[in-house]
Amino acid sequence: MSAPDLTRGTLGAWALAIRRDRKALVGASLLALFAVVAVFGPFFAGDPTALVGIPLQAPSAAHWLGTNGQGQDVLTQLIVGTRVSLALGFTVGILVVLIGALVGVTAGYFGGRVDGLLSVFSNVFLVLPGMPLAIVIAAYLPSGPFTVGLVLVVTGWAWNARVMRAQALALRRRDFVAAAIVAGESDFRILMAEILPNMMSVLVAQVIGSTVYAIGAQVGLEFLGLGDVSRVTWGTMLYWAQNDSALLTGSWWTFVPAGLCVALVGFALTLVNSGFDEITNPRLQLERFWRVHLIRRGQVPGRSTPVVREHA
Amino acid sequence: MRYLLKRLGFYLVAAWAAVTINFFLPRLMPGDPATALFARFKGKLAPEAIDALRATFGLTEGPLWSQYLTYLSHVLRGEMGVSIAYFPAPVSQVIGTALGWTLFLAGSAVVLSFAIGSLLGVAAAWWRRGWVDTWLPSALVFAGSLPYFWLAMAALYLFGFQLGWFPLGHAYADDSVPGWNLAFVVDVLRHAALPMLTIVIATLGGWLLSMRNTMISVLGSDYVNLARAKGLSPARVVLRYAARNALLPSVTSFGMALGFVLGGSLLTEIVFSYPGQGYLLVQAVRNQDYPLMQGIFLVITLAVLAANWMVDLVYLWLDARTRDSAS
Repeated sequence: MSAPDLTRGTLGAWALAIRRDRKALVGASLLALFAVVAVFGPFFAGDPTALVGIPLQAPSAAHWLGTNGQGQDVLTQLIVGTRVSLALGFTVGILVVLIGALVGVTAGYFGGRVDGLLSVFSNVFLVLPGMPLAIVIAAYLPSGPFTVGLVLVVTGWAWNARVMRAQALALRRRDFVAAAIVAGESDFRILMAEILPNMMSVLVAQVIGSTVYAIGAQVGLEFLGLGDVSRVTWGTMLYWAQNDSALLTGSWWTFVPAGLCVALVGFALTLVNSGFDEITNPRLQLERFWRVHLIRRGQVPGRSTPVVREHA
Repeated sequence: MRYLLKRLGFYLVAAWAAVTINFFLPRLMPGDPATALFARFKGKLAPEAIDALRATFGLTEGPLWSQYLTYLSHVLRGEMGVSIAYFPAPVSQVIGTALGWTLFLAGSAVVLSFAIGSLLGVAAAWWRRGWVDTWLPSALVFAGSLPYFWLAMAALYLFGFQLGWFPLGHAYADDSVPGWNLAFVVDVLRHAALPMLTIVIATLGGWLLSMRNTMISVLGSDYVNLARAKGLSPARVVLRYAARNALLPSVTSFGMALGFVLGGSLLTEIVFSYPGQGYLLVQAVRNQDYPLMQGIFLVITLAVLAANWMVDLVYLWLDARTRDSAS
């Protein structure tokens, strides 16, 4: 007895959704652009710490985004920083979801006392303010990307655990899981072969959401000087901008680019996620279908409630 | 009542977890925590004073559990040690002066953002596919992806530095005298306006979207249709019938958002040199003032837990179902 294969063609379906959905297409293109810069940029950009001219020069033909308070080229730093910032962001995003899934699915599947204990545990981590906790832990550890990643994982997994627990609870009640239990499958096999594969789409959506969180929080910690400030990332660029009083000298070019990049990556990920939403939530898809349908017939799309039907 | 007690129990567990984390933090450091922690006190404190401080952190001789008990008893008495950077002021005193500013700034910003965002969400759901519904969510989601502190930097640059509309930092002007008079209150509000605005803008999108989505499903429910059919005014239907119930999920996430917004506002404080917990925390990190850092974490956590409990009270008042099952 195996689970109904809900994941078959998932990748294909996503590709289709991205092509059909204008928002998701914009998001995916932006992400692709950043990915290219992250992978190939550092090979062409040159040394980001080289002193290339007078500090705090405004953007010019020679330095497209000007120079920072140390006389380094802002554009070069931005390009080189992309790789570290994105790599750390995605790594933390994935780790956070993996841990969250482990805790959440275990709680949701086994229920009872296990669930009670794990739920209290993750709810406690959810209610503790993450940023102050991250700052305090990071202050005790040697500074660097490893520390930043570690504290972000410690403070970020709980939300995912909550979402995954709800998912696992819902799947637990489905017939195919009941059938697997009756067939005498081991708990481990049921979790791995029946439940997790059916959560794939949610997992991917969570990874995207968590990456947005991770990039933002990482930049925040580095802005405070808790990263390795001698390494060039988007966060340390902002740290130095603040330290060199960029604001009070009017040198906007030292902090605007890095912040905009963080926002663009976050925005792109959010757009892609909203496109995926239509895959995981057929109701949204049908609502859209009806709207187009009604408008084509010259009718006003009202507050219709679409009904999800099985495909023939 | 039982519901509230149950929640209270949970917050006590959370507070205990925070205290326990605090206890183990210095032990995370490579080497002997006591030496590292008190190396900076050398020359400032007499050996006896250092011994007293060791006791506060539970860094005494003896097995871990007895160290832990010593630490717990000190925390319960509100003793959090002496600040290194503000020596010889005790940590509790240093935190006390800054706590008010943070609660004022972050608290007002969260409440404002929640109120405005939820109202906009109602508007977006009611005039669906109108301009509020089409443009505002995307714009605010974009604003929400900006790091808080970066938004603060940009606002400070634009409205403070370039246009000169707002002061460049601090909670009040150097020449004004703190007191309950109009001039001082206006001065404080002028200084708080820009930091508050950046936090509100960064968090508005979430409240708008969550309210909009719940409103849409609530507006389609039977009891709302019945209210419409009875011929009640649209304003009454939307606000008294639909919005009140659609608010519930937002209220639930309000408690969680509190901690998150507080974390973001810590960074905002740094950009504006606002004399709250965030500013203090960064000073503590820069000076390796570990006692102060841990005290700030503990106090912020307790504030968030207390606020969460108040949110539970509001929830109980809003949702008749919880109230019934509770009694």
